[in-house]
Order: sequence, then structure tokens, then C-alpha cells
Amino acid sequence: MDAILLQILNGLDKGSAYALIALGLTLIFGTLGVVNFAHGALFMLGAFCAVSLQKLMSVSKITIDPSQLDFLGNPLKVKTPYIVEWFGPNVGNVIIDWNVPLSIIVAIPVMLSIGYIMERGLIKHFYKRPHADQILVTFGLAIVIQELVKANYGANPIPTPAPDQFVGSFNVGALIGLDASYPYWRLIYFAFSAVIISAVFAFLRFTTFGMVVRAGMADRETVGLLGINIDRRFTIMFGIAAAVAGLAGVMYTPINSPNYHMGMDFLVLSFVVVVVGGMGSLPGAVLAGFLLGILESFASMNEVKGFFEMLYLPSIDQIIIYLVAIIVLLTRPRGLMGKAGVMEE
Amino acid sequence: MKSISNADTRTLYFVAIIAILAPFILNPFPTDSGLAQFNAGYPDLMQRFAIYGILAIGFNILFGLTGYLSFGHAAFLGVGSYSAVWMFKLLSMNIIPAIILSVIVAGLFSLLIGFISLRRSGIYFSILTLAFAQMSFALAYSVLTPLTNGETGLQITLNDPRIFAAENVSGNLPVTSLFGMEMRDTWTLNLGAWDFQFNIGYYICAIFLLIAFYLSIRIFRSPFGMMLRAVKTNQTRLNYTGINTRPYTLAAFVISGMYAGLAGGLMASMDPLAGAERMQWTASGEIVLMTILGGTGTLLGPVMGAGFIKYFENIFSKINDTVLHGWFAWMPDGLENVIVWILHLFTGKGWHLTLGIMFMLIVIFLPGGLMEGMSRIGNWWKRRKGGDENTSEAKSTPAE
Amino acid sequence: MSKFTRRGLIKTSATVGAGLAMPTFITSPLAAYTNAPTGGSVTLGFNVPQSGPYADEGADELRAYKLAVEHLNGGGDGGMMNTFSSKALKGNGILGKKVEYVTGDTQTKSDAARASAKSMIEKDGAVMITGGSSSGVAIAVQGLCQEAGVIFMAGLTHSNDTTGKDKKANGFRHFFNGYMSGAALAPVLEARYGKDRNAYHLTADYTWGWTQQESIQAATEAKGWNTVNNVLTPLATTDFSSYVAPVLNSGADVLVLNHYGGNMINSLTSAVQFGLRDKVVNNKNFEIVVPLYSRLMARGAGENVKGIFGSTNWHWSLSDEGTKAFVKSFGTKYGFPPSQAAHTTYVQTLLYADACERAGTFNPCGVGEALEGFKFDGMGNGPTEYRAEDHQCFKDVLVVKGKENPTSEFDVLEVVEITPRSQVEYAVDHPMFAGGALGKCNPGA
Repeated sequence: MDAILLQILNGLDKGSAYALIALGLTLIFGTLGVVNFAHGALFMLGAFCAVSLQKLMSVSKITIDPSQLDFLGNPLKVKTPYIVEWFGPNVGNVIIDWNVPLSIIVAIPVMLSIGYIMERGLIKHFYKRPHADQILVTFGLAIVIQELVKANYGANPIPTPAPDQFVGSFNVGALIGLDASYPYWRLIYFAFSAVIISAVFAFLRFTTFGMVVRAGMADRETVGLLGINIDRRFTIMFGIAAAVAGLAGVMYTPINSPNYHMGMDFLVLSFVVVVVGGMGSLPGAVLAGFLLGILESFASMNEVKGFFEMLYLPSIDQIIIYLVAIIVLLTRPRGLMGKAGVMEE
Repeated sequence: MKSISNADTRTLYFVAIIAILAPFILNPFPTDSGLAQFNAGYPDLMQRFAIYGILAIGFNILFGLTGYLSFGHAAFLGVGSYSAVWMFKLLSMNIIPAIILSVIVAGLFSLLIGFISLRRSGIYFSILTLAFAQMSFALAYSVLTPLTNGETGLQITLNDPRIFAAENVSGNLPVTSLFGMEMRDTWTLNLGAWDFQFNIGYYICAIFLLIAFYLSIRIFRSPFGMMLRAVKTNQTRLNYTGINTRPYTLAAFVISGMYAGLAGGLMASMDPLAGAERMQWTASGEIVLMTILGGTGTLLGPVMGAGFIKYFENIFSKINDTVLHGWFAWMPDGLENVIVWILHLFTGKGWHLTLGIMFMLIVIFLPGGLMEGMSRIGNWWKRRKGGDENTSEAKSTPAE
Repeated sequence: MSKFTRRGLIKTSATVGAGLAMPTFITSPLAAYTNAPTGGSVTLGFNVPQSGPYADEGADELRAYKLAVEHLNGGGDGGMMNTFSSKALKGNGILGKKVEYVTGDTQTKSDAARASAKSMIEKDGAVMITGGSSSGVAIAVQGLCQEAGVIFMAGLTHSNDTTGKDKKANGFRHFFNGYMSGAALAPVLEARYGKDRNAYHLTADYTWGWTQQESIQAATEAKGWNTVNNVLTPLATTDFSSYVAPVLNSGADVLVLNHYGGNMINSLTSAVQFGLRDKVVNNKNFEIVVPLYSRLMARGAGENVKGIFGSTNWHWSLSDEGTKAFVKSFGTKYGFPPSQAAHTTYVQTLLYADACERAGTFNPCGVGEALEGFKFDGMGNGPTEYRAEDHQCFKDVLVVKGKENPTSEFDVLEVVEITPRSQVEYAVDHPMFAGGALGKCNPGA
């Protein structure tokens, strides 16, 4: 039971990342009709907001300490971050330690404007072009973004730990009479994405802005005829989608050290998630994200692997996501919650 | 059988001439000059041009004609390579049986995947093919290691149980050949400062490329090709007229799978190693990029797209800082360093960046790919020569 | 058929025939071996990952290569050439020819690596190929060099297979391997953690992972450890939580992570997040072991590596003369200490050059003969030998652990023990290395 609870938590956790990225992808597709292959890159850029802030905060004053030697035998250059200089070691180190939560504040405006610029500068010229062109140009953009990040930060992962307070784990199982501790930060990640997802849904459902956007998704032309500038709103939605992906990235950094290709690693999976959920369906994307996350977690359990090996099937965890995608698409032609006629031409 | 039109004949001749003269065309710079860096006329790259050309031509038969975007084509390439290497290991080092087997196996594999995937269309089809290809890659990399040799790739070894093989006395690995002609044999022609390399393997690839190109012209111009185009234009209408499109699309899928198998077989024949990365989704994506970059639905485009990408991968990635410094050594030091610093972002380890930018530029400004670029240049040239009165006539459709 | 094809074919073959029938211009390959250098220079091919996840390792390898070339051509302070036991190198290039080099990108893919190596051989006339940062690439390129008739000096490759079942006469490896990691680590682990331990292995699901897991399991079981479980993880895994979680209640008290690179960082991070290190199981502190460390990669795991044992080929903090000389010239030129990748590639280049000098030729067969059974010292690993039978280097192996109080960002690992060569040596026909044949050296041409 403990193991099952843990794997459900793992699944929800993985699912959170999938769902957040897939949500943004679907949002962009549903509003603008654009297939955005650069969405993984936005996730990665979010993570690198945290890395950049960390770099910025560790900009240091260099003093030469002749009593210590560096590896070449020269006097050691001691680095003290300016933040520590200014705020004193107590406050300064706490600020540095809280880098990841602080990055959220930085990431929101940054990602919104990156999204805005991307949409106005590039994507808007591709509304009327075939999906293949959209895929190609956004894929090209993803490569460019990724390579620029690599040129700046190198290829190896950069550790961006969570604040000390969140290190360690919490016995979730104890709440229901089991023994299963789960890392704090992963719990926070799950809670955070639940909040973001609800916020996006609430925004679309309960605000006038959201209502117009939903109307635009259903029938763009009519909304346009009513004298509403739907393009502007869709641009803002693109920014929001970018911010969602970026926040998913920021919060993900303590779970896995970010590197420049993390976006690509997630891209294909999140596309599978979107398609399994059904193109253009927001609840579908969220549902599929969590579903695939949980299935993936269970597939990696030894008991499950052993069961499939008994059936002479190969390692199930290697192929589970794709297998599920195939089965879903063959039994439910438009994914779990997709509408007819979308992206089938 | 109907003869193909004059325009197509000309295109085919054009490709044939380019293919035959490739060792000259690709080596425009003297061997010892600084620009020799840009020469692409060495056997391996020329072989790759031809092989990826075949692959892209095959992919274009599916995507260009029917509009079905397969994201799993690399799997057929990989399967073809694995079959070919197994043929080398078990039967003989002659490339003919290896290529035949690779085409057959890839054909069967694509029949299976196509049969399932073609039940859906649009992006759902793309994701199905992607899923199959990623599964093939994951399995080939790890679980199927006894068959594929996993991470290291399937290679020829000294103790292969080859049926038709002379006793190996040299202690060297046997070489792939066609009835005694070794694929790696190369003649070098020295003309002054220039070296031109003529490689048997390349010419065999080129012959296959021409055959593949010819077949694809026939398919494009056949009633079958018309039917595939009809699928792309309006599948629903075809269904309403009582035509079952599945057999046609499936046939196109299998044909293009066999093209990929041929390419895989050739690749293994030129270099008897089959690695699992060949099947990864990025490899499939590369095939899509080649085709779209060159010009989807055109005859020549995919071949050009393939050449373009492979050129970047192999030439730009080798330009390192030392080479750059060598080029700009005549400049004043400060300026030299600035220029080298800027360029090094785009060459050597930065070649991906250049490729990404080129993709974007081409897609943004030349939606029809390189072929559109060519026809635009052609039109501009015609306009300049013929004066302004012919402008309306000069608007030719992209060469198909 | 149309008239066009048949005629076209005839014409085509006629043109090809004409092309081949120009004997006066054609130089036949008369040289004794592939790419015999003719002018005043010799070209080496440095084939390293410049794109993809190992690009930073590749960049460090390239720095070391440039340094080696500088030293060979007589520039710089000479680095390890001064401490090397063989004095054949004079700082005037190799055999009087100036050393030049070309670089290429392996992308850490065997196909791309071979394409790049081929272009170096076919286009740039390289007589030796070196580099790489994965066993897949090393074995693929080694095979290619054997076919083409050039020497291959492997870079980072840790799989037993490189000098085991996939060994080749033209290929040489300076780096250590999975078996040696196991043999070096097991005694240290026994000394620190005791004989009575239950190990849980997480293993990357491909050839390298399997061979390393096999080696570690054999070595630790020989010391009395028990292996509770071995779970294979797909290469593409980024979040290892679902593999780490079951360890908690498995009864194991040691977790062995047979992962490298990005996999290693992520699995280690997950393991630490799940609080494994704070656990007490069977009245013993739970421990994590990472058998193969790379300092560049370990940095990515940040604080999580502290106190975790592993093995490495070389570390810049060693105090022998060779290491000091190398760290000094590398550090002076680039401003930071070299990684083990840099060390291996630097040493490989010098060894190759030295072998050419001693053999008096660039002919791969001559060079191979000079390297086979070659014993040397002063290259940072103590007395070292290239075993003739499998072209594997035998030398001391370092057992390291993540440093508790690092003084700088480079100071991630500390050397715990230098395991002597005798302890990590194995017979040529050891079952983990059996199944291949070296073949004969191939000079190509």
C-alpha cells in the first residue's frame, strides 16, 4: 500500500509538469490554431529564469586572501556575493537560498513578455500558414533558443536547490495510517500546479476576458464581427501560456537541475499528452497529463515490470507512454476529450 | 506504359549529370586553400547526400502527395540498416542481398505500422507514427540488444558466422562489396591544386538515387499519384464518391517505407554499422525538415533539402576557432578576435544555431522551400533577360 | 519502358566509363598506409561531443587537445612532456612534422561520430582519431578506425566492451573501465560500510549500465554484500522518483546508481530528495554509491554529492609531478583545473606522439607495436602499462568521495584512496571481457 501511495504521488508530480506544459500548448492551439513546437523551450526558459537570478545574486566582490592558495599556488580570490555584503550574512544568505521562490516573481513578467514578443514578432505571421510550417518555424525557434542558452550557460546541468526549509520529506502516509514520506518540494510542486491550473480555468470561466476568449475559440469570426478585438486577447493568452510553461519550469528546477535541452525532453511527451487528451481540449490536456504521469510511475514498479516480463513483453517502462497513446488513439479517435474535425485534415 | 514528359526527362537528366559530376561540383576549392574547408566532395558526405536524398524522396511520396505527416520514418531507416548488417554478418559481404532484405523488411514493418496508424489522420496519425518510432528506438537501444547490439550499434566482427565468405586470413574486418568491387575504393584525380575523389560506394548510391528518382517521377505522374493527391486535397469527398482511400494511402506509406529501407540498407552497405539513434524522433524530424526545407511535393526539393542539412551537419561543425583565426589572420588583432568571437557562435559547436536560424529564415521567407527560392531566382532572371512584358508568363509553378 | 531510360542508362554508363578511363591523371593509392603524411605537417583528428548533453566534457577535451598540440610543437611550458618517463618527444612536432589538427562533433551519437571521423580521414587526411565521451561512440569509431587503417585513441569510455568483446587492434584505451571501478571501490566500501550490506542497484538500461552493474555486483558480493534488487531504468528517464521511491521500503541499506551524466545527476538528486541519506535501515546509515564520477557532471548535482563514494580515472588534486605539471599548464592557459576527460585526452595525444617517435613512423602497425606492452610513468597515474593483449591501460584507480567542505567550485571531489594497479588487474580472458578478438593491425591503403 505504501508503495502504491508513493507511486500515485510520483505520478501526480510527473503529471503536474506534463499537465502544465500541455495546458499551455492546448491553450495556444485552441486560441490561435498554432502548433507551437517551441513550447518546451519556454518551459526551459522559465527554468533558466531561476538560474539567471541565481547567477545575478551570486555576483561577487572579489578580495584576495594571501593566506589561502588556489590550485595553481596563487593567492586565493575569495568571492563574497554583493547581496551578502549589503544585507549581512544572515539576511543575504537567506535571500540567496530563496532564489527559486523569488524567481517566480521575476519569471512572470519575463515570460509574459517573451510570449508577447514571440507572438507579435513571429507566430502572428503563421496563422494562415499550414500546420507543417508552424511546426517547422517554431521548431527552428526552439533550436535557436536552446543553442543560445547553451552558449551562455554551458551544456551541463546547473544545480538550483530549493530553500533549506523545504529540504527533506513529509510523511504523507501518516495522514491515512500508512508510512510513506514524500519530499516537501515535490508536494509543493503538485500543489503549485494545481493552483495554476485552477487559476487558468477560473480565469477562462469567470472573467469577462475569459468568456470572450472562449467565445473566440468557438467562433472567432462572429466574435470579431461583434467588434471585439479578439486578436489582442489571443496574444495575451499566448503570453499567459508562456508564463504557465515558464512557471512550471521555475518550480521544476529543484526537482531536477536544469539544462539547456530539458525543453526538448519534455516536448515530445507533452505533445503526446495533448493528443491523448484531445487537441484543443483544456480539461483533456490536464486529465491526460496526470493519467500518463501515474501510468508511467506504475510502469516503473518492479512488480509491474515483472508481470509484463512474465507475458514475454519487453520492459514496459520504456514504452508505456507510447503504448497508451496508441491504444487511446485507436479506441478513441480524437483522444480522451477531443472534438471532431480538429487537426484531422 | 506511358512515357514521362519532356520536362521530367530534363529534370532526370539534370539530376543524373549533377550526380555523376558531384565529385567535381562539390570540390570547387583547391585542396590546400583555406576555403577547402567548404569542400564536400569526399566519399562519406557524397554517399550521405545520395542516401538521404533517397530517404527524402521516399518521404515526399507519402507527405508530398497524400499530406500524411509521418513522424516515425526514421524507424524504417533503422530497421533497414539492421537487416542489412545482419545479412553481412550471416550471409555475405555482397551488398545486393543486404539491400534486398532491408527493403523487404522495411516494407513489412511499414505495412504493419501503416495499417494501424492510417486508421487516423492529421496530427493523430503523426503522433501514432511517432509513438511507434519512439518505441522502436527504446527497444532497439536496450531490450533488443541481442538483435541490435544496443548502445554501441550492430557491427561486423571477426567471428561472424558468414556463410559465403572466404577464410579470413588477414585478421582484418571484411569489407562490403558488390561482386568484388569494394565500396570504399576511391580513385583520386589530381588536377593541379585540386583533388577529386571518385568512390565506388558513392556511384552505387547515385545509381540507386537515380532509380529512386525515376520511380518517384513515375509515381507522381501515374493515376495512382493522382489518387494520392486527391486524398491530400479532399479525402472526405473521395470517401463520399465511394472510393476507399485506405489502400492507396497504405500503398504510399509502404512505398515510402521501402524507400527508407533502401536508404538504410545503403547506409549500412557504405558503412556496416547500424546504431539505434538512427530511429530516434529527432532523426524522423530531420527527414521532415529536409523535405519541407527543400520543397514539399516537388520532385527535386527533398533531395536538395537533404543535401542542405547534411552539408551543414558535416561542414559547419568542423569549423573551429583555429580555422577561423586562420581565415582572418590578415586582419588587425583586435578586429580579428571580435570577428572570430562572433563567428564562433555559429560554427563548430554552434552549428545547431546556424541550422536553426536557417530553418526559420527559409520557412518565414520561402514557404515553398528551396525550390521556391530557385524558381523565384529563375523568374527574376527571366524577367531581367526578357524585359518586363513577359512577367505574367514567367510566373511558373514550382518544378514538380 | 520508355526510350528514355535505356538510352539514359547507356549514356550514364558511358560517362562513368570515361570518367574511370583516364589513367594518366589518376594517382593510385601507393602509400604504405592510410593518410601517410607527405608535407611538413601531420594531421590529427579530435572527435568530441560539441553538441548534445556532453558538450561541456567535449569542450574540456578540446582544450586539452589544443594544449597537447601546443606542447608537441614546442610551445608553452611543455606540460607533462617534462615528467613523462619516455624522452622521445623533442618539442618539434612528431617525427619533425608540425602537428595540425581538425575537430569534429560526435553529437554523442555513433552515426554522427562515424560520419565526423570519416570526414577527418577521407577529407582532412588525419592519421589518428581520438576523443569521444561515451562507450557507444568509442566502440563505433574504434571499429571505423580499424577498417580505415588509422589509430584510435579512445577518450572517455568506461564500458568493459571497449577493450573487451569489441576490442580492435588499431584502438587503445587509457581510461579505466567498469571492472576496475568495481575492484577499486569494493574494498573501500567494505572498509567504510562493513561486510553486511544489502545493495539496491538502479542501472541505466543499456550496455554500459549492464556491464558496470555486473562488475560492481560481483565485486561487492565477493566482499560479502547481498544484492537485494537491480532495477533497469530507461535512458530517457529524467525524473527518477518512481524508481527511487520503492527503495525506501525494500530493506536495502545501500543504493548503487549505475548511471552517468544527466541520468546520474537526476537519479542522485531524486535519491537525496527522498531522504534516503537520512534513513537508518537495519541499524545502519543508508548510503548511496555512484561508481563512476565525472567532476564536471558532479557539479550539476550540487550539494547532493557530498560524502558519496565513487571512482574516477584521475583528479587534479593529485600530488605527483605529472599531475602538477599538467594542472599548472592547463590552469595557466584556461584559468581552471582540468577534468579527467581533459587529462585522458591530453595523455592519449602525448602517448600517440611518443609512440610515433619511438616507432619512427606514423604507420598504424608500427605505432601499435610501439604502444603494445609499453610501460611508462609521469603521466599522472603512476606506473602505467598498455597491455598488449587487449590494448587496455593498467594503472592505479582513484576512489573519491564528494567533498564535504569545498573551497571552490572546482573542488567537488576528494581522493580517498589510490587503489594500486595490482588490485584492479584482471586476466585477458576474464569472462566479463571475453568474446572478442583484437584482430591484426590494419594500415589501410
